[in-house]
Amino acid sequence: MDIDKKKLDTIIKKNGGERNRILAIYQDIQSEYRYLPKEAVQYVCGRLDIPLVKGFEVATFYKALSLKPKGKHSVCVCLGTACHLKGGPAILETFERELKVKRDDTTEDGMFSVDTVNCLGACALAPLVRVDGKDFGKTSPPTVKKIIKEFKHGA
Amino acid sequence: MIQSLDDLEKIKEDFAGRIKKYGKTVKICFGTGCVSSGSQAVYDGLVGALEKESLNKKVRVVKTGCHGFCEKGPIVVFNDDEIFYQSVGKKKIEEDIALLLDTIKNGKVADKLLYKSADKLKKFVSTKEIPFYAMQKKIVLDLNGAIDPEDIDEYIAHGGYSALQKALTAMTPDEVLDWVQKSGLRGRGGGGFSTGTKWKSCKDAHGGPKYIMANGDEGDPGAFMDRSLMEGNPGVILEGMIIGGYTIGSNQGYIYVRDEYPLAVKRLGIALEQAVKYGFLGKNIFNSGFDFDIKIVRGGGAFVCGESTALMSSLEGKSGEPRAKYVHTVEKGLWDKPSNLNNVETWACVPAIINRGWQWFASIGSEGSKGTKVFSLVGKVNNTGLIEVPMGTTLRQIIFDLGDGIQNNKEFKAVQTGGPSGGCIPKEYLDTAVDFDTLWELGSMMGSGGMIVMDDKNCMVDVARYFLKFLVEESCGKCVPCREGIRRMLEIVERICDGEGDEGDIAHLKELGRAVNIGSLCGLGQSASNPVLSTLRYFMDEYEAHIAHKKCPAGVCKPLINYTILDNCTGCTLCARECPSNCIIGDKKKPHTIDTKKCIKCGMCYEVCKFGAVNVV
Ligand SMILES: Cc1cc2nc3c(=O)[nH]c(=O)nc-3n(C[C@H](O)[C@H](O)[C@H](O)COP(=O)(O)O)c2cc1C
Ligand code: SF4
Ligand code: FES
Ligand code: FES
Repeated sequence: MDIDKKKLDTIIKKNGGERNRILAIYQDIQSEYRYLPKEAVQYVCGRLDIPLVKGFEVATFYKALSLKPKGKHSVCVCLGTACHLKGGPAILETFERELKVKRDDTTEDGMFSVDTVNCLGACALAPLVRVDGKDFGKTSPPTVKKIIKEFKHGA
Repeated sequence: MIQSLDDLEKIKEDFAGRIKKYGKTVKICFGTGCVSSGSQAVYDGLVGALEKESLNKKVRVVKTGCHGFCEKGPIVVFNDDEIFYQSVGKKKIEEDIALLLDTIKNGKVADKLLYKSADKLKKFVSTKEIPFYAMQKKIVLDLNGAIDPEDIDEYIAHGGYSALQKALTAMTPDEVLDWVQKSGLRGRGGGGFSTGTKWKSCKDAHGGPKYIMANGDEGDPGAFMDRSLMEGNPGVILEGMIIGGYTIGSNQGYIYVRDEYPLAVKRLGIALEQAVKYGFLGKNIFNSGFDFDIKIVRGGGAFVCGESTALMSSLEGKSGEPRAKYVHTVEKGLWDKPSNLNNVETWACVPAIINRGWQWFASIGSEGSKGTKVFSLVGKVNNTGLIEVPMGTTLRQIIFDLGDGIQNNKEFKAVQTGGPSGGCIPKEYLDTAVDFDTLWELGSMMGSGGMIVMDDKNCMVDVARYFLKFLVEESCGKCVPCREGIRRMLEIVERICDGEGDEGDIAHLKELGRAVNIGSLCGLGQSASNPVLSTLRYFMDEYEAHIAHKKCPAGVCKPLINYTILDNCTGCTLCARECPSNCIIGDKKKPHTIDTKKCIKCGMCYEVCKFGAVNVV
């Protein structure tokens, strides 16, 4: 993976070049690349003089960060308590089955990645699904099929 | 720059002048829930229609924060709660926009958009009449849904920053501390620790600089109080923190916000920028010589980072592992300096205490828990959403009066409080007056305020499994009892759910649970067995049904259930077409059957059947 060093420098600078802002730096890089390339971790650690083990410790500790590339569309199924009790697991299974992919992974064609989250904070609309930042409330296995269609064709 | 009471009054007057030209106000909810239900389209539609009718200069359309009634969103409110509309634009948006316009122009109330009770017998026009709102007492959420959270002037016009002005110009830090102590305020983040006592320890701690922090990590699944507050009225949190900084002797604050809450980050950021512009943050605030700054930091999606020492470690740019608290964080916290962390709702109580006096605050609530508490009432209850009630309100009032009872006339089974550290409370205790101490006595916890209602279709063993799984994923792995013990407990409960449990499992679970609680460093491990122990305490019969009879009474645990089709099947073939494993057979217009050997128990047939002909046994 080729990384754009200039871009990374800008991000580091935006965060004041502070070591304690490493999480924020990683998050900014991730919103740029849609994941956190390991080359970027290496580069940032070099620039901020952080030992690589520490840099990767942080990069792997936080769930918000992914060292694996994501699909074109990112599906996030809520499995928080409210969503669990209102059928969240069946929603996840439907995505897995329809897209032929397991959670925390990306479809072979790179179109969809499916992840889970433990509450998106809109529990009154459980079960909830977030696709590319857009929330869908009160979903059910049949509506999952519709959502997939919407993003497949909108793509 | 605002430096005096007169300056604040001037802003109020200017704001009043600014909105006077409008005859009417329409408030459209732009909380996360309503946005996902389509409030943007309602806003665009209404603004467009008003322009067409040249009414845009006469009607003020405001985007507000969450009104609490998210499930019924998008919510639209007219003229200070005179008319309350729900589910606007959900069905036939053009028609609804026309109805809104009709209300604006002719004052005609649109029946279609009014809230109706679950039994459809009663309908309500104004917000104040709806039981969901009428029974609430709003202190923290007072302005949520009433103001534009992106306009500091509107917050000021409703009394915002007057508590700060009062504290900084008319009270000494010791006086403020005294008020907070006497108010009886206890932390809203879960533990219920006395806020005054915490502030005092940090204030008295030697060394500096001192730091104060707001915990907006809101990790408990099924809870969204903090999110709605941060999105709906960020100013009140900032104001509380600045007062706290003045009291404790700190010049730097941090707000740690959950990564999944981008809108909260944005709104807090706007409120912060505007507060700096007005001089509520920065140097010499209200000419008092006091300086204060706040930084917003995004979390990284780790539940354990809500724990105080882990949160501070995360702020320092490390992974968020808790540390032992032999030395308290009020003495050695962030960067080893005295630090005071409070939940965002705790901070939001402070301005009200300063404005209205500690006596007033202490007069609300129960013996040991003062003030109100915001709960997120979700799950199988008719009215789901955010509520704020005085401490000491009973579970029955919350679930059956405010919540209007259980969905689809099902039977109430339990309410889960306290998130993964809490427990499930059965119907025998519905008359418990909810406060920090009573919930603790029932083997649960207040937690941050999640209340998840369950009916007879929810399996309590499955709920225990759910929380164990959550905790296995979220344990940071530092302590062996937490890392390994919870995993072992999960294995046992999973076996029980799969119908492979045996006699000794219950004793094993109890023993492991005790060991994990005793042997863990932080609150996550120390309370990890609560969901299991509380379900064992109140729902032993369900465990026994799984173990001895290999049955899941609620029909949840897949290996123990089967889907069947009843005689009232009309043979519409919908389920057969939708079944992903092609195991439903039958002729058109004749009852179908399921080949149980091929059935993967995905529940699709159950979901799609329009005649309720699919059954779970
Ligand atoms: C595992 C764990 C997670 C926690 N998560 C949160 C949280 O999300 N929000 C919160 O305010 N407090 C959380 N707490 C409690 C905090 O440690 C801390 O007690 C609280 O923020 C203090 O504020 P308060 O005194 O105002 O309640 C958590 C504690 C533990 C042990
Ligand atoms: S109790 Fe669990 S989460 Fe807490 S420090 Fe130990 S391992 Fe980490
Ligand atoms: S539990 Fe799914 S949004 Fe909260
Ligand atoms: S988001 Fe609109 S009422 Fe909660």
